[in-house]
Amino acid sequence: MTFPILSVIVFTPIVAGAFILLFPAERKTEVRVTALAAATFALLLSIWVYFSYDSSAAGYQFQESYSWLPALGIGYHVGVDGMSTPLVLLTGVVMFTGVLISWGIEDRPREFFAFLFILASGVFGVFVALDLFQLFFFYEIAVFPMYLLIAIWGWIKTREYAAMKLTLYLFIGSVVSLVGALAMYWTMYQNTGILTFDMLQLEQANFSEQFQILWFPFVFLGFAVLGGIWPFHNWSPDGHVAAPTAVSMFHAGVLMKLGAFAALRVGIMLLPLGAQHWSGWLMALAGIAVVYGAFIAFMQDDMKYMIGFSSVSHMGLVMLGLSTLNTNGLTGAGVQMFSHGVMTALFFAVTGMIYDRAHTRQISELGGMAKIMPFAMVGFIIGGLVSMGMPGFSGFVAEFPIFMGVWEINPWVAIIASISIVITAAYIMRNIRDVFFRPMPENLEGHITDVNILDKVAIVTVCLLMVVIGLAPSIMVPMVQTGVENILRLLGGV
Amino acid sequence: MDFINNYLLSLILFLPTLVALVIFFLPKDEMKLIRWTALVGSLFPFALSLVLWFSFNSNVEGFQFEEKYIWYEAINSTFHLGVDGLSLTMVLLTTFLTPLAILASFGITDRVKAYMMLFLFLEMGMLGVFMSLDLLIFFVFWEIGLVPMYFLINQWGSANRDYASLKFMIYTMGGSLGLLLAVQMLGVVFGTYDLLSLYELWPNATSLANLPAWLNVTTVKTVAFWAFTIAFAVKVPLWPFHTWLPDAHTEAPTAGSMILAGVLLKLGAYGFLRLILPLYPEQAQTFAGALAFLATAAIVFGAFAAYGQTDFKRLVAYSSVNHMGFVVLGIAAAAAASGTVHATIALNGAILQMFNHGLSAAGMFFLVGVIYERTHTRDLSKFGGLFPLVPVYGGILIFTSMASLGLPGLNGFISEFLVVRGAWPILTTYTAISMLGLLFTGAYILKGVKNVLHGPMNEHWAHGEHKLTEINFREIVVMAPLMVLILWIGVWPAWILDVINKAVVYLF
Amino acid sequence: MATETLIWLIPLPPALAFFLIVLFTNKSKALSHTVAVGAAALSWLGSMVVFFRAIGMEHLGEHPFESSIGWLPTGDTWFRIGVLIDPLGAAVLFFVAWTIFMIFLYSVGYQNFGQPKGDHDRMGLPPHGATVTDEHGHKHTVPSVEPMYSRFFAFLGLFAFGMYTLVVSDNLLTMFVGWEIMGLCSYLLIGFWYGKKSARDAAIKAFMTTRIGDVFMLLGISFLYSATGTLSFRAIFTEEVLHVLATTPAFFGLSAAGAIALLLFIGTVGKSAQWPLHVWLPDAMEGPTPVSAMIHAATMVSAGVYAVIRMFPLLTADFTGHGLTTAMSVVAFIGAFTALFSATIAVAQNDIKRVLAYSTISQLGFMIAALGIGAYVAAAFHLITHAFFKALLFLGSGSVIHGMEHGVLHTGDHSVDPQDMFNMGGLRKRMPITFWTFLIGGFALSGFPVITAGFWSKDEILADAWAHHHYTVFIVLAVAAFLTAFYTMRQITLTFLGEARTKEAEHAHETPWTMTVPLMVLAFFAITYGWVGIPEHFPGLGGIVPNWFHDFVGHTLEHVPAAPEFSWIPLLTSLGVALGGLFFGWLVYRNVNSPAEDKLQIPLLKNKWYFDEAYDFLFVKPAYWFSETFVSAWMDKGVIDSILHAFGKVTGWLGSAIRNYIDTPIINEFIGDGTARVAQWFGGRLQPIQTGRIQQYMLASLGVLIIVGGILFSLLVGG
Repeated sequence: MTFPILSVIVFTPIVAGAFILLFPAERKTEVRVTALAAATFALLLSIWVYFSYDSSAAGYQFQESYSWLPALGIGYHVGVDGMSTPLVLLTGVVMFTGVLISWGIEDRPREFFAFLFILASGVFGVFVALDLFQLFFFYEIAVFPMYLLIAIWGWIKTREYAAMKLTLYLFIGSVVSLVGALAMYWTMYQNTGILTFDMLQLEQANFSEQFQILWFPFVFLGFAVLGGIWPFHNWSPDGHVAAPTAVSMFHAGVLMKLGAFAALRVGIMLLPLGAQHWSGWLMALAGIAVVYGAFIAFMQDDMKYMIGFSSVSHMGLVMLGLSTLNTNGLTGAGVQMFSHGVMTALFFAVTGMIYDRAHTRQISELGGMAKIMPFAMVGFIIGGLVSMGMPGFSGFVAEFPIFMGVWEINPWVAIIASISIVITAAYIMRNIRDVFFRPMPENLEGHITDVNILDKVAIVTVCLLMVVIGLAPSIMVPMVQTGVENILRLLGGV
Repeated sequence: MDFINNYLLSLILFLPTLVALVIFFLPKDEMKLIRWTALVGSLFPFALSLVLWFSFNSNVEGFQFEEKYIWYEAINSTFHLGVDGLSLTMVLLTTFLTPLAILASFGITDRVKAYMMLFLFLEMGMLGVFMSLDLLIFFVFWEIGLVPMYFLINQWGSANRDYASLKFMIYTMGGSLGLLLAVQMLGVVFGTYDLLSLYELWPNATSLANLPAWLNVTTVKTVAFWAFTIAFAVKVPLWPFHTWLPDAHTEAPTAGSMILAGVLLKLGAYGFLRLILPLYPEQAQTFAGALAFLATAAIVFGAFAAYGQTDFKRLVAYSSVNHMGFVVLGIAAAAAASGTVHATIALNGAILQMFNHGLSAAGMFFLVGVIYERTHTRDLSKFGGLFPLVPVYGGILIFTSMASLGLPGLNGFISEFLVVRGAWPILTTYTAISMLGLLFTGAYILKGVKNVLHGPMNEHWAHGEHKLTEINFREIVVMAPLMVLILWIGVWPAWILDVINKAVVYLF
Repeated sequence: MATETLIWLIPLPPALAFFLIVLFTNKSKALSHTVAVGAAALSWLGSMVVFFRAIGMEHLGEHPFESSIGWLPTGDTWFRIGVLIDPLGAAVLFFVAWTIFMIFLYSVGYQNFGQPKGDHDRMGLPPHGATVTDEHGHKHTVPSVEPMYSRFFAFLGLFAFGMYTLVVSDNLLTMFVGWEIMGLCSYLLIGFWYGKKSARDAAIKAFMTTRIGDVFMLLGISFLYSATGTLSFRAIFTEEVLHVLATTPAFFGLSAAGAIALLLFIGTVGKSAQWPLHVWLPDAMEGPTPVSAMIHAATMVSAGVYAVIRMFPLLTADFTGHGLTTAMSVVAFIGAFTALFSATIAVAQNDIKRVLAYSTISQLGFMIAALGIGAYVAAAFHLITHAFFKALLFLGSGSVIHGMEHGVLHTGDHSVDPQDMFNMGGLRKRMPITFWTFLIGGFALSGFPVITAGFWSKDEILADAWAHHHYTVFIVLAVAAFLTAFYTMRQITLTFLGEARTKEAEHAHETPWTMTVPLMVLAFFAITYGWVGIPEHFPGLGGIVPNWFHDFVGHTLEHVPAAPEFSWIPLLTSLGVALGGLFFGWLVYRNVNSPAEDKLQIPLLKNKWYFDEAYDFLFVKPAYWFSETFVSAWMDKGVIDSILHAFGKVTGWLGSAIRNYIDTPIINEFIGDGTARVAQWFGGRLQPIQTGRIQQYMLASLGVLIIVGGILFSLLVGG
């Protein structure tokens, strides 16, 4: 039997987290070092997975499967395909950078990292899960620590409210989709007499059309809530604002992808006919989200709210891509998930750095950061260019196919959605200008220090990713495409 | 040598970036070192494009020095480079102006490193547009050029730079939005972005594959035509899309304005020639009148607006609107009567005008910069009678002004004459009206010269710490090549016009 | 050397001189003027060689000297440029070479070469004179050298280049190039003393007014080029091409030929300062005098007429012989009207140069009118004679002014205007050479019978007008001729005759040889050149010398125009108007000593019929308003920009609207209506958690897992 690399990736964080908890609370340095070590380890492994994934062979690779509750057909089955491999890498990256960014946390770092890592394990778990029950399990594991992380380490003003709001949204969402999932499970059993949560089998279940049409909205929307789909997006900006930096990074960087991914995996891949039936509505919701988020972000003065709503807009693009159900759209969505993940993680990282120094996120109260933290500036600018879909960066590579996909379905949506590009450019440029370049308000003079080396490492890592993918899409897109082919096959060779 | 010949275009295209990276690793405080690295570095692409110019065979139809690499398989877009006579002249112009602009910005002392790097990136962006034979690559470079320009204006500009730079960026991006959508649409329909195949497919397309059935081909073509047109019209800029230009120019640093007027505006006109005319022959013919109208409006209103300015740099900026109007007028004429000898002449004129305006506008902006550096004002009413103080500068200014005024014997005249000649039989009325613009070109040029050099001397600049110093050697070195070319083309245009002409004959 | 090569070379020396001076020798005055005058001499030499080879040629009309090369590629063909010397070209080349050379020479003296540097002279202002102490220790002021001496010669060089280019061109485009280069030079030279506001404005006025004509000319050129596919004279002026042009209709009921001719003619109206574009020329007097001469006699204004003479076949393409075509009538009208109109103004001017300026306009009117009525040879003839005697007159007036300035410097009273004729008088004794040459020029201008050149040319025009029954034109021109003689004599009387009216006039004295020699040379031609064009049937003189000019220049055209048959009426008329005018001029002004006594200082005439004021009101002010207020302020800054800003505002407004009226109230409340309250509830409960006891967290998470599992199990079992 081969080395169970995926399981190792999944469990590294949680084990590390448990291990960290054993340290006495005051041994902060050791805690951090351990955390960093674990994160690095996970990152390296995910890189290794990414590059050893064989795009030519396609399909699910690195599979491991153990049965767990045979009676109920619940098993432990992991594996990655072209869609999830980039997301595993993404999680590795965000986890790594998250640890670097949070180095300075003084308030109970032991617990902080522990929870962060539980969260990470959950995320990894969802991305690699091929078993529906397992997917839900990890999903909850990923969601729950968010509550604590925000409620304890969050921004004092709104943390209870935000944490609770977030948790409720996500629980309700997951319950809704759980219901759908169980319906599948049960119908499968009735049709075939097989009790299984194994998705590879469920894919073959070919449920009746009206069944799919009935349950698709439950499954899809339930997960899509975590993906910030309009009108169920509101938990996300509030959550961002309240969450500590590293958590916001995780939250926008990977958690929202979690929703989109699960919605794709469970909703579209298991209920393809339903997906085809509802795709028009999905496109409408996604299209609204794209423009809607952009408009609101345009008038925000709080950087985190701005980024939060821009995430709504960008995740809208992911949903838009998914809703097209065609090669270009799905490919774009896949790349966009990765691109937006690193981009928004970078945004929140830099915002955090600024907040830690200026103790405000109000754009109108900031200024002149460029001179003192040039590194952060460059990072933020690159992030900005990515988010405005500037060619030569990953954002363009991702958004372009999405729009192509939409063209094939409905040009009007493409045209309307494209407005968001200019609006994004406007608020990003304005933000860069105000925060970094205009003269610094004197109340900040002297309180601002440059970012430390760890932050720089984090920034460079993500920037490199965005630029490299932007310049050479071929290092990611073909892999995503293999995943897309698989989806299209399920969709009946659309 | 083989290597150079096989990868000539990519070399020219990416050398600037390479130099920028080199500069990135230079110590921040070694200003001299950085400047000289940038200058020398930017001379390599120029040298190579001279090689390109001389090894280019203008008697062969089609594109030469083609290079093709995989870029974005998923949507079947390849990194496809190539030049013909049209792009060749533009490449030459770009690589020729950039070293001059860099030399012109030796006066910059603030964050030289970043400045020079941005400049080289800018050069890369512009070259990319001129070289790319793939619609997507074209768009990539088209947009990417905005970023360095934005920061050049926003960081090294003057008082009102924030407004100007944002206006420039957003306006141009908004303008290109339609282009972006149209490009996507083409990609969806034909599954390729390769220009050479699109030249074949799109004009003859009678149905739209992969698009919803309810779309009507002719409507789509018309809308797409306007999407392209507006994107390029903003860049040219064509009236009424021109108002970003005076602001951007006025606020931009001297070298920035040089490049902005010298090359960036040409991107728009180049788009018209490279994309619109070959891709939308019918629509172009249908709407030639509208184009001509806008062009004439640009010529006339540009001239009047320039005449109405009190800010020297704004005046020169508006002169760009006026001059680029002639380029578009020529293009409109060609669109209306494609294939006729009139069209050929008009296009020759338009393309030569692009090159000429590149020279004279860059020169004018530089000269404005020279005097601004010394007096820290651009207000025409604050000058007056400076000729005795700066005779050499005065001479150069008059020479360049005359080039921009279109004085026979200098380059501007040839191109403007060819445009007028080509447009007259096709668009008689518009051509006649545009003469009003030509008349006021004289008016505003003379106004500029009059207020700066002539008249009773403004004693303020005559002595004391305000004493106006003569143009220095470095600045003369910047102007000299421009002036030589201006005169050379004015007297013997055949060397460049022949290349253009052959390209035009093959293309249209 | 082959004549063609030589022709190619003629324009070059002055151009080279220009660059040499500008780039290298401008520091040394002597070197600069040597270069310039040398260049002028070279071109003069070349022109003479070409001229004499030309008159030596048999059938030069059919086989002129010509050679051309491709210049602009246009599609599959090339646009060719080249040189052409046909009879007309040769004749013009002759006088151009002479006048230009003379003016170069004259400038050396006029700009006070060899004099000391001025005490407080500054670039851009006329020299104020320098104080020198002679061996007896007496201080006195002498004229000082022009501070921009070298520059002046550089400009002259460029100017000469322009004119030579224009003359030798075989096509309209290079002709236009020369034309415009002269336009630039006139701008530079009129504004030579740019420090003076008046000079600066005059320069701009000249440039802009002529440019109005130029843009129309450019249109004409484009029209011609697109209609015929060529701009070379020889190619256009062939039967078939002209026929095509004459038969294709253009706008306003004109034939293409007529339309083109008129468009080109507007260019001439500007360049030759014909009404209504005449306003720039008098102001152009701001320039140093040789410049005025250059512009008004030798080159630019002649160039205008030369252009029309060149285009004569085009102008007359659809001319059947009886009844002028529309185009021709327009030309004839403008010419005749200008001739009379500006003559009336000339009688009321007191500035010695302005009188000449208006007389120039009027004389050019004669030529234009002649062309309008088809008198090809007469026009060419008058063009050349006029060039000689008008150059002479301008240089003479320059010499007078120079003398007067000397007087002014001597008395040191700078209030005295050295150009006002009423400050002069009795100069014939002080400046004999100037006086006699000026007299010759003046008589030539007024057409003093038989001896002067002006008589022959002007007479030929009148004769032509009479012979072809254009009586209106005949009468108008006759009246104009009378006025010409009248104001010429007025000028001579006021300037040279009688007694000095001011101390300055008493101390005026003769100018150096560099100035007087050119005067004498030009005076020689002002007399003799007339004799080459004596009509055959002229009583007495006719036939003694053949009418060489008519034969020679006439052969430029395919159909040599017949010389008008002799008639007494025009002859007597021209005798009458010339002598009468001169006589009355002397009679009226012989003892007028101040403007007050001058009966003809009528405001209307003095103020040039208020044309400047009218134009200012009609065109200049509206142009300012249109560009500053309408286009810049209202359209660009107002309409267009505010539309753009509106986009920004609307976006922001939409953003906040969505956020405040949809997102927060509706979606937030509706979707998670409970959330807020529930959140608070839980929040209240969860307070203790904040103490952060790890076991509690563990319990909590376990609890969650149990809930989930529970739901699962119940569902399973339930199902």
